[in-house]
Amino acid sequence: MKRGAGPTAKGVGARLERREDARYLLGRGRYVGDIRLPGMLEIAFVRSPLAHARLCRLDKPAEGGDRVFAAADLVGVAGIRADSGLPGFRSSVQPILAEAKVRHVGEPIAACLAETRALAEDLAERVELDLEELPAVHDMLRARDPEAPLLHEHWDENAFLETAVDRGFEAAIRDAAVVVKRSYRTARQCMAPLEGRGCLAVWDRHLELLTLHSATQMPHIVRTGLAECLGLDHGQVRVVAPDVGGGFGYKGILLAEEVCAAFLAMKLDRPIRWLEDRREHLIAGANCREHAYEVTGYAAADGELLAVDCQAIVDSGAYSSYPFSACLEAAQVGSILPGPYKMRGYRCRTWSVATNKPPILPFRGVARTGVCFAMELTMDALARELGMTPEAIRLRNLVAPAEMPFTNITNKDFDSGDYPEALRRVVEAIDVQGVRARQAAQSGGSRIGVGFAVFCEQGAHGTSVYHGWGIPMVPGFEQATARLTPDGGLELRVGVHSHGQSLETTLAQIVYEEIGIDPAKVKLVHGDTAYTPYSTGTWGSRCIVMAGGAVAAASATLGERIRRIAAHLMQADPDDVTLADGMARAGSSEIPLAEVARTWYRAPQLLPDDVDPRGLEATEGYKTVRDTGTFSYAAHAVVVSVDLDLGDVKLLDYVIVEDAGTMINPMVVDGQVHGGAVQGIGTALFEEMPFDAAGQPLASTLADYHLPVAADIPAIRILHMETPSPLSRFGQKGIGESGAIGPPAAIANAVNDALAPLGVEMTEVPLTPERILRALARAREVAA
Amino acid sequence: MKPAPFDYLAVDDLAGATAALADGAKPMGGNQSLGPMLNLRLARPAALVDLSLVPELRTVEESAEWVRLGAAITHAEIEDGEVPDPTGGWLRAAAANIAYRAVRNRGTLGGSLAHADPAADWVIVMTGLCATALLAGPSGTRRVPLEDFLTGPFATGLRDGEILTAVEIPRPGAGARWGYWKYMRQVGEFAKASAAVLVDRERGRLRCTVGALGRQPLVLAEPEALLAAEVTPREALAQALPGRSPADLALHATALARALAEAGIGDAA
Ligand SMILES: Cc1cc2nc3c(=O)[nH]c(=O)nc-3n(C[C@H](O)[C@H](O)[C@H](O)COP(=O)(O)OP(=O)(O)OC[C@H]3O[C@@H](n4cnc5c(N)ncnc54)[C@H](O)[C@@H]3O)c2cc1C
Repeated sequence: MKRGAGPTAKGVGARLERREDARYLLGRGRYVGDIRLPGMLEIAFVRSPLAHARLCRLDKPAEGGDRVFAAADLVGVAGIRADSGLPGFRSSVQPILAEAKVRHVGEPIAACLAETRALAEDLAERVELDLEELPAVHDMLRARDPEAPLLHEHWDENAFLETAVDRGFEAAIRDAAVVVKRSYRTARQCMAPLEGRGCLAVWDRHLELLTLHSATQMPHIVRTGLAECLGLDHGQVRVVAPDVGGGFGYKGILLAEEVCAAFLAMKLDRPIRWLEDRREHLIAGANCREHAYEVTGYAAADGELLAVDCQAIVDSGAYSSYPFSACLEAAQVGSILPGPYKMRGYRCRTWSVATNKPPILPFRGVARTGVCFAMELTMDALARELGMTPEAIRLRNLVAPAEMPFTNITNKDFDSGDYPEALRRVVEAIDVQGVRARQAAQSGGSRIGVGFAVFCEQGAHGTSVYHGWGIPMVPGFEQATARLTPDGGLELRVGVHSHGQSLETTLAQIVYEEIGIDPAKVKLVHGDTAYTPYSTGTWGSRCIVMAGGAVAAASATLGERIRRIAAHLMQADPDDVTLADGMARAGSSEIPLAEVARTWYRAPQLLPDDVDPRGLEATEGYKTVRDTGTFSYAAHAVVVSVDLDLGDVKLLDYVIVEDAGTMINPMVVDGQVHGGAVQGIGTALFEEMPFDAAGQPLASTLADYHLPVAADIPAIRILHMETPSPLSRFGQKGIGESGAIGPPAAIANAVNDALAPLGVEMTEVPLTPERILRALARAREVAA
Repeated sequence: MKPAPFDYLAVDDLAGATAALADGAKPMGGNQSLGPMLNLRLARPAALVDLSLVPELRTVEESAEWVRLGAAITHAEIEDGEVPDPTGGWLRAAAANIAYRAVRNRGTLGGSLAHADPAADWVIVMTGLCATALLAGPSGTRRVPLEDFLTGPFATGLRDGEILTAVEIPRPGAGARWGYWKYMRQVGEFAKASAAVLVDRERGRLRCTVGALGRQPLVLAEPEALLAAEVTPREALAQALPGRSPADLALHATALARALAEAGIGDAA
């Protein structure tokens, strides 16, 4: 029988229902906003109304002014610094509260404290600012112009970093039969977890300990950053992440607001809470994704992709944020643009430019969503130029299964898989032939089209990949502690944190797989730096590979110790003892693990003389066989209908074929893929955070910032392939971000398939009705 | 995003509400439009008087000619058929497409009309159905046809201290036809373009109304020409709004064409 199948399966591969669901679905989760402490004060921040200005004066109100704190009050507090070690990186310091200058709308200037948020906002209204407005840098394409005002005055141009790669480019293009050149844009977005950011800081005089309860997905990293900004020993800082209502990358970032709340809690010796509201979140918080590309694709007459040339600009905003820095996005563009394809030559230059906008932060998929958009639209453009079908040109150039493992042109090590097969399956599932027949017959005011995107996603990549970036954080061994409790249950401690990944379920399944303890008896302890091993946390689609591997290793070590004690109690040979269903068995004898635990903790007189003194608690560190990352991959296909009068795009059908390697819990994988795909559809069709020429954000409420809603989403069909990764413990691959990568490319390709006969080619997301109508009107003008 | 301090006044009846208005309080219906403005501190009234439970504003009156729906009746009550629908379902269908259910549970007919968002549903539907606003104020009551009540974007003919108490909706005659079409990209959004078409020959009411134009609803002067397809929606709109570019009106022309089609008036595009 297949691993994990059957109704009672609980181990690797089982569709076990989520253990956390009871808590979440009944509204019993506990988030930062649910925590109240006696004497607590709430913060409302005075934020910059201007994108770029000198802060000449700040007047605290006569009444309540002692509850208002500005930069000068933050004695001994350092700003946030996240430098990259890449050559040429220009360093910025993000002040906790703005000092001489403000660099984006929404930048915190003063913290106002009161018993309630409403009273704090009343106080904040009475703080007066004297700002001398400076010209704002709002357009990333012009940020590096010599006449552009400098954001950071010690810089020589508004760019954090420039990178360049060239792999045999000139030689490769000589045989090109066709060349296509395109400009692409992805909009600035604002990732939108249901729960915003928030924190509650408490200073404990007795322990001399600062505890920061924070909605974070990376508690240990926040702890390190916080200790550094505040000049505290790590031992004086504890970060607790309770239930976290979605993160998507935003909650991996150390925020100035957190440092400020922590400082004030220490200074005033009172609990201080800040809960981000949706307006702060949209204006100042979770910006992401703004890319511009100039891509030239070169192909031979038979469709072979010869080379790609790219210049990419990422609008990194005003500051380098901690810990991922301002350049991860653009620099990654250079290394991952080739996607799942083979090519002979490649050249790419990137710039991470600084503008008067909030710092750009990593959002699910990080650079991949933009890269996939640029690459996959280029593949379609080449196909049209060559008169090939989109599927044919892709099949011609995808890395073949026989070539795996494959080192691509930018030295990415694809670990395993059958990329062409994923495409073939999705082509069949979406019924391309049927779509073509319907297209031939269509008339009237709408057009249908079909589009594809194929990509691979590096996940769980580790030290060798990250040390090169030289950012404040490099993942190493991932650790887990497994402890058999006196009643035979298992306590599992991990440094990653779940913000929706179902780790309470999937890590328990891994324990079951290793040592047969029922997932219902596995207690996951996570989200608290005091209880868990150091970890860079939850990001980069790494948890199930890295924490899963660590849990397996710790469970195995613990299992070995359990077996030895059990063998002694059963008078059996340790090698004959097996662990399953909460029992240790040898031949015809068996004893419950609870008995083993009871012996170690409460009846040690019964232990063998040579018992391992480390007992029933094991910590193990884990790395994959090679730390270059697992590569999950997927093929997306979508059928759209475009209303020519409205410019409206409807998704008629959506199929995803994806390969997450061995699925620890297929239901959870589906959930990850669905959630990601919905966010990708948001990128494709709806989400956009526009700024005007003065650097003012124009979508400051959810009435203006459009998120995808249930009615926009078709019933997405997911088909699995399961090629185990040779690198990870069970063959699992990181899949957390995958869903969010493909939709903009697939949907834009489908819209272009629908509108190509009318002379329209869309190259910018989101595909709003306004953009489509404008393109249709332009095409009509050209035709006339 | 917390409102500036204000007083909240609950009153027993319309007289109490009128008195509160005379003292400077601002009326509050379901608070679905006002609430966000309070939270953003764009509205800073010193006091709010809650109209949502005022008995006179919660009543329904019926005659052979019309139905009067109290201003504090909610979108959801209309959607659910808890109040009579003189049009045999057109109101219910329109109500069911306003915002989403949480907003409909609280948002009121009167609040929506008094707020006079150019893109709001009742603003165009009630104008399109030739309804009349019933107002009560310090100097008594008066009746104003909706097309006159709505005077501009977010502007009405409500005078100081006046309350919108009810909307009188004429009963359509036999064989009357109706088309209401709006374009919103997502469920829960306001319309980007909308139009309503009423063809009620028995009662002599023909009306083509266009909404979401950033102004009060546009009631086209010569609906017959449109119904007879002598002019296209595009031409009709260009004539009615000569100051606007054809590109600006394209979406609205589409809305009008689709409303005509919904009313069964041929393929008028
Ligand atoms: C997310 C969201 C989506 C929405 N989408 C739509 C939509 O698609 N279509 C649509 O039509 N509407 C939409 N709305 C608006 C909604 O229908 C509101 O209910 C309506 O606009 C206002 O009604 P209210 O009762 O809430 O009025 P309130 O918000 O309480 O008041 C609005 C204004 O009217 C005044 N007022 C209220 N009642 C009276 C009265 N009886 N006499 C005089 N003045 C009065 C108030 O003083 C205030 O100025 C949406 C609202 C939200 C929050």
